[in-house]
Amino acid sequence: MDLQEFINNFAEQFDDIDTSTLDANTNFKNLEDWNSLVALSVIAMIDEEYDVAVKGDDIRSANTIEDLYNNVCNKK
Amino acid sequence: MAFLEFKNVRIAGFSAAVPKRVLKIDENSIEGAKYSAEDYSESVGIYQRRVSDTLTTGDLCYWATERLVSDLGWDKHDIGAIVFVSLSPDYMQPATAGILQDRLGLSKECFAEDILLGCSGWVYGLCNTASLVASGNLRKVLLMAGDAKFRAKHPLDPLFGFAGTVTALEYDESATPMRFHMGTDGSGYDALIIPDGGARNQLSVDSFKLENVEGKRIHRVQGRMKGMDVFSFGITTVPKSFKKFCEHFQTSLYDYDYYLLHQANKKMNDAIVKKLKLDIEKVPYSLHDFANTSSASIPLTIVTKLKDACADSTQSMICCGFGIGLSWGTVSLTVTPQCVISDLVEVDEDGDDKTHII
Repeated sequence: MDLQEFINNFAEQFDDIDTSTLDANTNFKNLEDWNSLVALSVIAMIDEEYDVAVKGDDIRSANTIEDLYNNVCNKK
Repeated sequence: MAFLEFKNVRIAGFSAAVPKRVLKIDENSIEGAKYSAEDYSESVGIYQRRVSDTLTTGDLCYWATERLVSDLGWDKHDIGAIVFVSLSPDYMQPATAGILQDRLGLSKECFAEDILLGCSGWVYGLCNTASLVASGNLRKVLLMAGDAKFRAKHPLDPLFGFAGTVTALEYDESATPMRFHMGTDGSGYDALIIPDGGARNQLSVDSFKLENVEGKRIHRVQGRMKGMDVFSFGITTVPKSFKKFCEHFQTSLYDYDYYLLHQANKKMNDAIVKKLKLDIEKVPYSLHDFANTSSASIPLTIVTKLKDACADSTQSMICCGFGIGLSWGTVSLTVTPQCVISDLVEVDEDGDDKTHII
């Protein structure tokens, strides 16, 4: 699994965001465009791209995008 | 492994009843959310729903039954069993099926029972009722399924709509077998739950204190959902169930005319359709106009979207109901032009039970 590719896939779930502003250390839940509907898109993306079933706790326990990436890696 | 097959049972008819009252999704419906009503409707797929202050699931199923039995030309006394599937029974006790036996004027020799399931409930109910008929013991059986008014007023939750459906089954040795794959994962018991009012947490004054749950202010006799967990469950479990079903029964997923999925959230179903590479033309939706109707969703979709297709020629369908429990069931069935599909019944606020009240 590749971290940059994950960040790109993650960024694609947002409609308006300037994706170059997102990196491994971005605190994604504090983003203005983050909401419960985007969270579902992210879960669907992770299922499709990485074949991992992410739960609410995996999102809640992650602060940065890299934290989320690690949660996904651990479930693979 | 819960694979089942029942011969000698055909679906004789479908009907559905909804409240007349339509509620559109607007800014009031999603009060307090970070997204707009348009974004909500586009993502979740719900534009309006049917609601009522008076009608229970029992009421809706009563009217749907009256219509279907009339359209079928059945004698009520020939009905051997009624199975009522709902999370919103008229009373906590006794079962609503018994009340409906009386209200409908069915025989006192009628087998009647309730099943406490939600979104997987129609498939579970079908499995139960098909087994009653296939054995040859009961020739005509009704499966009622849906959800409407709940035990405590819900803040206008925009995800759910009211509906009551009836599926009529009849013994028929020429019928194509019905096949099932059923499953349960109780570790997800709290993904969808009403905490108080059961034996575990008895009702008390504290039950009605408001709490912050996933951004909403609700009390403990109102339903709460771990949205992300339910979403994740849906997009992994449905494809797995379909695949196991096809492997076991040696069929191809692409042999069916229609795919009837329980509909709670369009994004979830889009992900399922994409994963399985289903032809979107073969996946009908009732979600847009009726929202999540719990165990009614699959039969409601058949009544409102597939009536003409079924009248035209025999249609093969594979269906999956999945949700609260966590629980799921997949069924393959055939609907022939002999199957009677009633027009949608719309019920006035005045259509509630005036007799079985206390």
